[in-house]
Amino acid sequence: MTNVQITVDGTTYEDEVEPRLLLVQYLRDVLGKTGTNIGCDTSNCGACTVHLDGRSVKSCTVLAVQADGATVDTIEGLASTDGAGGDGDATAGWHPLQRAFHTEHGLQCGYCTPGMIMAAADLLRENPDPSEEEVRHGLEGNLCRCTGYVNIVKAVRTAAAELRGEEVGA
Amino acid sequence: MTATEAPTTGHVGQVRLRKEDARLVTGRATWTDNITPAGCLYMMVVRSPMAHATVTGVDVSVATDAPGVVAAYTGADLADAWQTSLPSVWQVTPDVKEPPHYPLTQDKVRFVGDGVAVVLATSRQAAVDAAELVDVTYDPLPAVTDVAQALKDEVLVHDDEGTNRCYSYHWDSGNVDEVFEQADVVVERRLINQRLIPTAIEPRAVVAQPEPTGGYTVFSATQIPHILRIQLAIVCGVPEHQLRVVAPDVGGGFGSKLNIYAEEALALALAQKLGQPIKWTETRSEGYQATIHGRDHIQDLAIAATSDGRIVGFKADIKADLGAYLQLVTTGTPMLGAFMYPAIYKLEAHDLTITGVFTTKTPTDAYRGAGRPEATFAIERMVDELAAELGMDPMEVRRKSWIAHEEFPYDTITGLTYDSGNYEAATDKAMALFGYDELRREQQQRRDDGDTTQLGIGISTFTEMCGLAPSRALGSLNYRAGGWEHATIRMLPTGKIQVITGTSPHGQGHVTSWSQIAADALGLPYEDVEVLHGDTAISHKGMDTYGSRSLAIGGYAVHEAAQKVIAKAKRFAAHLLEASEDDIEFADGTFSVRGSPDAAKTIQDIALAVFAAHDYPEDMEPALDAEATIDPENFSFPHGTHLCAAEVDTETGRVTIRRYVAVDDVGKVINPQIVEGQVHGGIAQGVGQALYEEAVYDADGNLTTGSLLDYHVPSAADLPAFETDRTETPATSNPLGVKGVGEAGTIASTPAVVNAVVDALRPMGVTDVRMPTSPQHVWEAIEAAQGGAA
Repeated sequence: MTNVQITVDGTTYEDEVEPRLLLVQYLRDVLGKTGTNIGCDTSNCGACTVHLDGRSVKSCTVLAVQADGATVDTIEGLASTDGAGGDGDATAGWHPLQRAFHTEHGLQCGYCTPGMIMAAADLLRENPDPSEEEVRHGLEGNLCRCTGYVNIVKAVRTAAAELRGEEVGA
Repeated sequence: MTATEAPTTGHVGQVRLRKEDARLVTGRATWTDNITPAGCLYMMVVRSPMAHATVTGVDVSVATDAPGVVAAYTGADLADAWQTSLPSVWQVTPDVKEPPHYPLTQDKVRFVGDGVAVVLATSRQAAVDAAELVDVTYDPLPAVTDVAQALKDEVLVHDDEGTNRCYSYHWDSGNVDEVFEQADVVVERRLINQRLIPTAIEPRAVVAQPEPTGGYTVFSATQIPHILRIQLAIVCGVPEHQLRVVAPDVGGGFGSKLNIYAEEALALALAQKLGQPIKWTETRSEGYQATIHGRDHIQDLAIAATSDGRIVGFKADIKADLGAYLQLVTTGTPMLGAFMYPAIYKLEAHDLTITGVFTTKTPTDAYRGAGRPEATFAIERMVDELAAELGMDPMEVRRKSWIAHEEFPYDTITGLTYDSGNYEAATDKAMALFGYDELRREQQQRRDDGDTTQLGIGISTFTEMCGLAPSRALGSLNYRAGGWEHATIRMLPTGKIQVITGTSPHGQGHVTSWSQIAADALGLPYEDVEVLHGDTAISHKGMDTYGSRSLAIGGYAVHEAAQKVIAKAKRFAAHLLEASEDDIEFADGTFSVRGSPDAAKTIQDIALAVFAAHDYPEDMEPALDAEATIDPENFSFPHGTHLCAAEVDTETGRVTIRRYVAVDDVGKVINPQIVEGQVHGGIAQGVGQALYEEAVYDADGNLTTGSLLDYHVPSAADLPAFETDRTETPATSNPLGVKGVGEAGTIASTPAVVNAVVDALRPMGVTDVRMPTSPQHVWEAIEAAQGGAA
């Protein structure tokens, strides 16, 4: 067992972990942070995408011990307020990507959504004004089986415009 | 506003943002794998690495002694746990072979992934480690990996059945021989509808826990909590009323979670045996073996027509690879397409043979569309082949042969009644949006220029039957269940309502759409409606979600329950307003006395008055709650015209979709945004079959596309932006006029894309490209057409 200290969504945790424990298993099974999902075992689907020191990673490709001393941000910490609000208009504190996935219907079952949003957030950090093609290529490591991606691409570009300070939905 | 004008404040037909989204975009969903009861044991299934072998020994003793392990069991250890085999629901012929299928095998393994033992440990890791310590010895037998080989019956998958032929079904109507003999032209083809893996992004998972008060709760990533409850009660011998099944948030299904799986039965049986909660979550690679596959048909087809392009007859001889065992709808999946080979065309003769065949592969079952994509692919590909043979435009052939709008309702040669449709309107709209004539001109130019990148245009003027299903029709087909759906409306004292539905959404947005239906019916604010589902303790009756049935039957049930609430409320209103019931009018949530608009009570007023129950009619109970169980009078028949323009690099074989236009007619629409999303996703899965996906087995029966590394689920970079539009021809079989949309895109899109690919290559002599139309398959088709060695 190895001791790790990892800051997840602003809270610092210290735990003894097995060296083979994946970061995503640490998040889900040790910390109970189940907002990050597992969709495969070959690092293809991207459902487990989080930010490690500000860059997106598939948390099934990182061992918990490799994240020792690092900062991890997950979907659960993305909204500026609790974000757990009820139905309807409780979207005020949400990240523009969360809001845009909602308004553009960029999700159906929602299982890929946490990873998709975290990957998109990193894409927009690198490229604040991506073309449709750039969004499609930027998200090719994240699989969605429900939406056919049309509305995911729309949502990412809508959020990008909002993050650039442009008026959205006019 | 005139008296006849429809209200403009309605929710039905409008975009309403989904109520479901809040927890999903913030990471607060409850997936089955998020549920870990105290004291829970993790289950691992030890699976066969061999496709076909006699099991000569299973030793769990070392595994049992491993750290963290609580117990380990062989198939023999658990033989007494099962009251009956895992179910097959459809007795498609009187003599169908239904070999026993228990959650763990004992005598033989019949596919790679067949379960032989289970290990239970206090952590996931301990269970994984201990599963490696189970010692199974096998005596290998030959694998049976294709249907032609299987039908020789030299190696039997189920020895006691004496044959690998599960069933043969034949049906013809019209004078087939005469129609084909007298036809001016007959075109024959063999098409391969390859094996697919559904790949819902949430893997399957199950948690079974004993309840302190007796009984059990099973949480499962399932589309069918109600059917699962009945079937698990039967298989495991738990009294039905002591078994609660919950489908929490479920991450996609597409048919892959429409089943009664071995692991669900194992988890419940072991919770019974050990008195502790049992949890199992599949890995993706495990799921690729242990969760059902789809399609896998060989289609020998013939189409007959007059010389001027009128289609008169169709023959289909289908060999369906069922895999090693019968899952819930394995036998019936090809049958769901049996009625649809004639599609939208006015045939004089129809001849269909389906042979279901056991092989040593993962069982096939219903995958999005279930039988109808196979039938639609067959007919729509063959119409294009016929057009090429006749030298006609493929749309012209379709126009000559389809059912005209004024001919509805139309009785088909397969005995269905299509209630409504307007193929002309959908086609005209699609052709205009697509720029059909201009693309044909560009295609001709490229052909004339000998361009190495050729342009192909593919058409699919599809229809399907969905809204499964009228119960009497199911009974006449020996399907061992009904097709009704249930809804309850609970009126709360403050005038808010709870709608309880028997459908079980897993991405389809029923909470939002059902809220729209109920809000409009009762004149309530959309926000005042809560929709509950997916828990048999709350939703006591239901037939769940599959077959594009939820809206046409479940939505109809919500509407009907609302009508019953109104009927009751009207009597209370008459009593409270001291008026005759005949004089009470209901509009926009208010009951008023005809001619005295000031004498009125809102539905909320009535709800509170009924709750207080101080003053109500003698012959009534003080309650507004109502329930409706709807058995549909007919299937529903969405249709549409999908057009695909594909560029094919004749040197590399690479296919690129340039345009994809879909005009769907799914009847009246409750929420256009949700409908469009369903069409997008459906098209993507159909395009996946056309271009990318195939489950491949080697000669030894190993699944060589055993993970997402090798099985190509399309990403955003693999797909174009689909252009969608709609026409709206209401269904006449339900008061909402709705038809269903979940499977339409998948059913329509596969032939549209493949027709485009073949069309691009037709000047080179190509008449088919095997799916997926990968660079390799395109290259092989070109080589074969040009006399090469491929």
